[in-house]
Amino acid sequence: MSAHSSHTPAAAVLHRPVPLGRAGGRRALLAWIVVAALALLAVAIAGVVLGTRAVTADFSQANLAPSLVHPFGTDWMGRDMLARTLAGLSTSLGVGLVAAVASSLIALALALIAALGGRAADAAVSWLIDLVMGIPHIVLLVLVSYALGRGATGVLAGIALTHWPSLARVLRAEILQLRSAPYLAASEALGVSRVRIALVHIVPHVLPQYLVGLVLLFPHAILHEASITFLGFGLSPEQPAIGVILSEAMGYLTAGAWWLAVFPGLALLAAVLLFDRIGSALRSLVTPEEVQR
Amino acid sequence: MSHLGTGPKYAAAPSAAVSGAAGALVRAWRRIPWPVRTLVRFVLLMLAVSFVTFALVAASPIDPVQANVGQTAYLTMSPERRAALAERWGAGEGLLERYGAWLADALRGDFGESLRFNAPVVSVVGERLASSALLLAVAWLLSGVIGFVLGVVAGARRGSRLDRAICGWCYLLSATPTFWLAMLALMLFAVYLGWFPVGFATPIGAGAEVSLAERLHHAVLPALTLSLTGVANVALHTREKTCEVMASDYVRFARLRGESELSVVLRHGLRNLVLPALTLECAQVSEIIGGSVLVEQVFSYPGLGQAAVTAGLGGDAPLLVGIALATATIVFAGNLVANLLYGVIDPRMRKGVAHVGA
Repeated sequence: MSAHSSHTPAAAVLHRPVPLGRAGGRRALLAWIVVAALALLAVAIAGVVLGTRAVTADFSQANLAPSLVHPFGTDWMGRDMLARTLAGLSTSLGVGLVAAVASSLIALALALIAALGGRAADAAVSWLIDLVMGIPHIVLLVLVSYALGRGATGVLAGIALTHWPSLARVLRAEILQLRSAPYLAASEALGVSRVRIALVHIVPHVLPQYLVGLVLLFPHAILHEASITFLGFGLSPEQPAIGVILSEAMGYLTAGAWWLAVFPGLALLAAVLLFDRIGSALRSLVTPEEVQR
Repeated sequence: MSHLGTGPKYAAAPSAAVSGAAGALVRAWRRIPWPVRTLVRFVLLMLAVSFVTFALVAASPIDPVQANVGQTAYLTMSPERRAALAERWGAGEGLLERYGAWLADALRGDFGESLRFNAPVVSVVGERLASSALLLAVAWLLSGVIGFVLGVVAGARRGSRLDRAICGWCYLLSATPTFWLAMLALMLFAVYLGWFPVGFATPIGAGAEVSLAERLHHAVLPALTLSLTGVANVALHTREKTCEVMASDYVRFARLRGESELSVVLRHGLRNLVLPALTLECAQVSEIIGGSVLVEQVFSYPGLGQAAVTAGLGGDAPLLVGIALATATIVFAGNLVANLLYGVIDPRMRKGVAHVGA
C-alpha cells in the first residue's frame, strides 16, 4: 500500500554513479572494473591457499607486533594475522556472494510478482517490503540467526532475507515502466502466457539493472555478515572470518595489541569499498543517461 | 533516490489502473480519515512483526528452558510460569495457538519474563530504552547536522577539491563497519589517550548516585561513533539537492542581482534543503538503531542494542520478541514523521494526504 513511504531514500544515494567524464570514458571505467574484480579474486584465492596457515598456532610467536615476517602481526596463539585476514576476507567474500545472489533473486521474483500480478499482489509485496524495512536490519539478522540456531546457515539466510527490498523497489519501478511497451501488448494479444512474457520479454530487459543491483548488494552483505559474526551470531569461532577476528581482537584492545583490530578492519573496508566502486562504475556503464545529466 | 527512477512517477503509476473491486476497496480506504488509517497500518504492522518474530524465535532449536543462562530466573519462577514458558517457547502445540496465547497476554500488557535479566520484559525494555535514548538522540541529531552542513558545503562548491574530499570521505564512511570504527575510537581515545572511560554507562562499582556529568562522559564516545553512521547518507543526498538548487533559475537570478555566494546559499538554499534532509534523517532511524546494537556491544553500554545481543546469545526468547517490537515501533514513528514532513515540503503531497500516509 505504501508505495509512498518508499520515498525514504535509504542507502541508495550512496551509489551515485561515477561521472564518466572524470573517470575518462567507458573504456577506462571498464578497465577499472576488471582490475578491481581481479584484485578481489586474488584475495579470494589467497585466502583459500593460506587457509591452513591461518589456523596454525605457534605459541613461540605469540602477540608479535607487525614486522617484515608478519606484516599484520600475530595473535595470542601466534597465528599470522595476514594469513588470517586474507582467509577471513575470502570467507566473507564467499558468504557475501551466496547471500547477495539469493537476496537479489528474491528481489527479482517479488518485483515481477508486484509489477505483473495485479493490484493485490502489488499491495502484498509493498507491504512485505514495509514489514522487512520496519525492523532494523541488525535486529532482524539476530532474529533469523537465532531461529536457525546460529552458524553459517543463519547468516546466509538472514542476509538473503533482509537485503532484497531496495532492489525489489528499483526493479518493480523499472518493470512498471516497461509494462505499457507495445511488444508486451502484442505478445499478450498473441496469447503468450504471463509467466512466459515475464521470463522471455521482461527479465532480459531489466537484466542490466538487476546485475548492477546485485553487485551493489555485495558490500552490504559483507558488512552485515561481519557485523553479525562480530556479535557472536554468525560464523563459528573456529572459522577465520573477519567478524571472528575482530571479536577476538576486542579482548586485546586494552592490552595495546592494536594491530589485531586495525589491519583486518582496514582489509574489510577496502573490500567493501572496491565492491561499492565496481557497482557504481557498472551503473555508469549501464545507465549513461543518468550520469550525463 | 532520484537517480533510481523511483520518484513521483513511480508513486503515480499504480493508481492509473484502479478499477473493479480492488479499485473500490482502494477508494474506500482513502476515504477513511488519515489518522485512523495510520493507526490501522501501525496495528497491522505490529501484528505482522510480532507474528514473524514470534515464529522465528519459536522455530529456533535453541530451547530457552534448556539454555542455562536463565537458571536463576528459572529457579525463582512459580511452577505455573515455568509451565507457561515451556509450553510457549518449547516445541509444544501448534505455532498459531502459542502465538494466540502470547498475543492475548501481550494485549493485557504482559510480554512475559526475561530469563536473562530476571524481570518482566516490559520493564527491561523500558529501562534499556531509557539508557539508549540519550545515545540515540545525540547520534541522530549530530549525524543530521554534520551531514547537512557537509552536504551544503560540498554542493555549493561543486567540483572543487573540498567537494571531492567530502564525497570521498562519505564513500569511505559508508564502507566502514560501524563496530570497527567503534573499536578504533575505543583504542585511540579511551585506551591510548585516556580521555574517556573504556565502557559502560557509569563507573564500575558506582551505585545509583551517579552524576549527570559522569553519565555524559560515558556516553560521549559511543554517541559520537554512532553519529558517524548516518552522516554519509545525509551529506551525499543534501549535496545532490544543493547542486540542483544552485543550478536553478532563481539562484541564477539572485546571482545576477549581485548577491554573494554565501547569501545565495543562506537565503535561497537552506530553506529548500533543510526539510529534505530532516525527512531523510527521520527515515534513517532504523540505521541508527541498527548501529547502536553494534556500538553498544563494543562499548559495553547497557542499552537496548546490547540487550538484544544478550537476549539472542542467551536464548531469551520473550525479550527478543519484546525488543523487536520496541525497535519496530520507533522505526514506524520515524517513518511517520518523515511522511508528514513530505506533506510539508510538497503541497502536491499534502493535497493528496491519502498518498502521504497510505
